[in-house]
Amino acid sequence: MEPFHRLRAVACPLSLSSIDTDQLLPARFMKRTRAEGYGPVLLHDMRFDNDGRPLADFPLNQPEHGGAQVIVARRNFGCGSSREAAVYALVDYGIRCVIAPSFGDIFASNSVNNGLLPARVSDVDAEGLLADLTHGPSILTVDLEAKLIETERRRVSFDIAPAWRAKLLNGWDDIDLTLSHREAITAFIHDDTARRPWARPHLPASKDPTT
Amino acid sequence: MIRGRQPRTLFDKVWEAHLIPVQDGGDQNLLWIDRHFVHEGSFHAFGKIRDRGAKVARPDLTFGIADHYVPTRGRRDGIADVAIRRMVEQLEENTRANDVYLFGLNDPRQGIVHVVGPEQGLTLPGLTVVCGDSHTSTHGAFGAIAFGIGASEVAHVLMTQTLWQRKPKRMRVVVEGATAPGVGAKDIALSIIARIGSDGAQGHAIEYAGSTIRALSMEGRLTLCNLSIECGARCGMVAPDATTFDYLRGRPFAPSGAAFERAVEDWLALPSDPDAVFDHEVTLSGSEIVPIVTWGTSPSDALPITEHIPGPAGTSDPAKASHIREALDYMGLQPGQKLSDVRIDRVFIGSCTNSRIEDLRAAAAVLAGRTARVPGLVSPGSSQVKQQAEAEGLDRIFKTAGLEWGDSGCSMCVGINGDVVPPGERCASTTNRNFKGRQGPGARTHLMSPAMVAAAAVNGHLTDVRILMEGRL
Repeated sequence: MEPFHRLRAVACPLSLSSIDTDQLLPARFMKRTRAEGYGPVLLHDMRFDNDGRPLADFPLNQPEHGGAQVIVARRNFGCGSSREAAVYALVDYGIRCVIAPSFGDIFASNSVNNGLLPARVSDVDAEGLLADLTHGPSILTVDLEAKLIETERRRVSFDIAPAWRAKLLNGWDDIDLTLSHREAITAFIHDDTARRPWARPHLPASKDPTT
Repeated sequence: MIRGRQPRTLFDKVWEAHLIPVQDGGDQNLLWIDRHFVHEGSFHAFGKIRDRGAKVARPDLTFGIADHYVPTRGRRDGIADVAIRRMVEQLEENTRANDVYLFGLNDPRQGIVHVVGPEQGLTLPGLTVVCGDSHTSTHGAFGAIAFGIGASEVAHVLMTQTLWQRKPKRMRVVVEGATAPGVGAKDIALSIIARIGSDGAQGHAIEYAGSTIRALSMEGRLTLCNLSIECGARCGMVAPDATTFDYLRGRPFAPSGAAFERAVEDWLALPSDPDAVFDHEVTLSGSEIVPIVTWGTSPSDALPITEHIPGPAGTSDPAKASHIREALDYMGLQPGQKLSDVRIDRVFIGSCTNSRIEDLRAAAAVLAGRTARVPGLVSPGSSQVKQQAEAEGLDRIFKTAGLEWGDSGCSMCVGINGDVVPPGERCASTTNRNFKGRQGPGARTHLMSPAMVAAAAVNGHLTDVRILMEGRL
């Protein structure tokens, strides 16, 4: 995974709360493989009309937000379904950071697992950043080391869980880390089997109950 | 209790029993996972482990269930749509290649993962349960820690049977007192969500407690915990009790005989200690809860059926006002309109929220001897629920009323098997999400209980079920 340190990029304001994962990636596109790419269908039903033409007044379609790598939104971004494809859609489109006052828990976790920074700011700062991007240049800087966001008019701090920050800064993958704890896991299984004998499923004798 | 130990919540007890001691996690803990459910959507994760040349580490703790893409009509004839058929086949291939037990399309126990897991006795108190589906919170009804995860985490569990998690805060939602006739678990859940908001429980594990919750059946508790994610909670739990144990006794995958009694001994120690402290407490009065419906595009946009549709002028918060404006525009509704005047085009009874036998009985009790004014689909939560409903004659009530009686699956809740609400149509639905386009592009969803959906079907508009139940209760 590509490490995230500092990013200066075009940022797109989306002045909406609760942009759920069904909006980010409508369910009918979930059959796609990653190789096909999810970028073209990011926010599909908000970006395009019924005939598939881009809606001119949707912020991501406006020329000043072309090549956006940051989205600023209102609270509860990414609520709803656990579909990681919602993050694939953002990442494949080119988004590397979403700034909002709160995120769906599963979405935030999925983001970090794909190198996308979910930066949590206060409601007041989110409104300030949305105003800056709407009335001023569509560009900002995100510094993960310092946990700071800067526009031409303001500098605000953001929150991210320490372990997630470390993971993003280093581009770490969880599976390798976990496999390095193999001995601790084996010891846990040994103790747990004695402690909770009932926790293993009781497999019925036959796979087919009709036989 | 160990002497000198801090009083602990139900959540703390289950959490601590699953901690694998490691040093370098920081604010993340490494948790052992007892049950992992996979479905058609898990193909990304199977692809990830295949790319690493790995196989499923613990196939004995992993269970596959075909639910998201399965047809609810004519499934014996196969699936006509090639792309949809491919999703079901991929699950069959991935589970077979990894020796994972599968409840496949034509298995007599097939159904929605969050219905089948409990029904088969795979979900037990004190377990950690995960699945690549946000409504995994459902399984918390047994006093398990159960939550939805993304594809990267699914791959991590497939490869290691563990997961890195930050410990959530604890929230207790206490509901006390008897509910009125016509009020169900869905009304309790939507009332809670309306109270705390769609992100009010983010970063929290909820424990539902109080006499109203204790009085709920397992079906009701499953509905309640299912909707925990709709107020942003990491998971929702109910402490195991006699209702839980009675439900589990004799289930195929649950322990049996002496092993079951040994388990019950351990499970009896799980409820929160009397003086356990929660980070947040929310209290509702059961007697004040009335049948409730959603009017907007978030499950927290819920109001008693006796109310009127709100407008943006009623709030001083600009973000909230803009949400109401957007929601009413999408829903085609006007501020001040009476909720019970809103006409509907169709109904749907099903989904992991409300498709269990008790849900079907509640809907059938309203529909018996009546005719639906609009078309609709009833999709039982599992093939076993379907069988039981047919044995009780519920299918005949639905069919006589003019509704379609289908097979089990996620169906019209997420619309990816082809069961969709046509653009612009308004659907009274027992599902969990009224998000824009959730039931199909342009579909307008009103969430409510099975009894309330049945009432809406009878009248062709949103209806207070209590009026239709006069003399029937």
